[in-house]
Amino acid sequence: MSLLVTDAGLLTTVQDRGRPGWAHLGVPRAGALDGPAAALANRLVGNPVSAALLEATLGGLRFRAERACLLAVTGAACRVDVGGRPAPWGAAFSVRAGTEVALGPASDGARCYVAVRGGIAVPPVLGSRSTDTLSWVGPPVVTEGTRLPLGAASGDGPADVVMTAAPHRRRELLLHLGPRADWVADPGSLDGATYRVGTDSDRVGLRLDGPVVRRARSGELMSEGIVLGAVQLPPSGLPLVFLHDHPTTGGYPVIAVVDEADLPVCAQARPGEELVLRLR
Amino acid sequence: MTSVGEHPAPATRRVGPRALLVEVADHHEARALASWIRTQLVSLTDVVPAARTVLLDGLDDPARVSQLVGGWRPGAVEPPHGRSVRIPVRYDGPDLAVVARSWGVTEDEVVRRHTGLELVSAFVGFAPGFSYLGGLPEEWSVPRLESPRSRVPAGAVAIADRWCAVYPGESPGGWLLLGRTDVTVWDLSQADEPSLLPPGTRVRFVAA
Repeated sequence: MSLLVTDAGLLTTVQDRGRPGWAHLGVPRAGALDGPAAALANRLVGNPVSAALLEATLGGLRFRAERACLLAVTGAACRVDVGGRPAPWGAAFSVRAGTEVALGPASDGARCYVAVRGGIAVPPVLGSRSTDTLSWVGPPVVTEGTRLPLGAASGDGPADVVMTAAPHRRRELLLHLGPRADWVADPGSLDGATYRVGTDSDRVGLRLDGPVVRRARSGELMSEGIVLGAVQLPPSGLPLVFLHDHPTTGGYPVIAVVDEADLPVCAQARPGEELVLRLR
Repeated sequence: MTSVGEHPAPATRRVGPRALLVEVADHHEARALASWIRTQLVSLTDVVPAARTVLLDGLDDPARVSQLVGGWRPGAVEPPHGRSVRIPVRYDGPDLAVVARSWGVTEDEVVRRHTGLELVSAFVGFAPGFSYLGGLPEEWSVPRLESPRSRVPAGAVAIADRWCAVYPGESPGGWLLLGRTDVTVWDLSQADEPSLLPPGTRVRFVAA
């Protein structure tokens, strides 16, 4: 039994915790951009946190549950309707077979997570059910008409958690200086700098628009391995934060690294919003 | 390889709280260090050798690993010899004439030289299964295209700088195209080893 997607919105993908360990073969890690939100959705429906769920960019996802199931929506705040009636956000709710579930547009944040008891059971690729939007390893993007198989329920059973509002969203990114910070004239100037999130941000990277970071040296860097959260400085001087679908190697200097705890800030930053950088 | 005594310790740079970037002399050392670190009792998620660095990611204890790597010297442990792969190529690429001009030889001589080399997969990047094959002599080095092609077909055999590669899938690309092969270098149905040319693999091209 499955979910039948009737409107996939802007971009909906299947995600789990990704496929680390394949970077040496050029395979991006992928995985839910907002890990804690995805884990919460899974816990609410009683799945293991590694279960696959849906990541809907800016909300706007509709699907029909072809069997009775238990669901939870977390991440970016949005209206949730089940069969035309409001359902809770941030808490588990059950849906009868044949009912349509609709997520409204995200009103705060950028990535909504929909977990279903049993998880989305598309076949894993290299150990993960995540879609990687850079090189398309993993299941294809969810589109209208996609049927998503559901797995058998496992794990501890639903957690007793009720959320009444979306947690306060941080608008700051904590940075560690990166391996190539010496390529920048004044790395300290990153501290307190304000950037606007670019409209061309995606699962590969968060593009930042604001003060140009001046380089201390020109020339080319040989391609080298890149970590999740790496802040790369392309020739434009506008930093780019690499998110889960980032390439595994790259040739521009990595001047800083976003603290792991602030990766969800990147995941939920909306185009046009301002973020303040803080150096640790 | 140089002996332990005359070689300085590799420099390591911190990459956030959980990763290290180790700088080495060249891709041979990068591959050797990557092989070696996998034999050590180190908890990590990814080891990414590249042209002159090795990224160690997902470390529980970067300080300890930094110290451990500081004691490594190239040659201290021989890298395992990778398997050998022969790749038949139809040498009909659109840039064969450009390469011939650049090298100051005929197109036939380009083919003779390219098929006469034993290349070694140094690292994989750019795309899944895109192996950077090292071993082109410095004087044969060629620049990338000024403006990359928007579509390079899967199986294209190409060179740039001192590297050679087989495009695993269709993608944009700025390397000079020598020809094409039907060999699949990236196969996700082989889940244990999806890459035909992982780091360490020795590669010979033969004219099809």
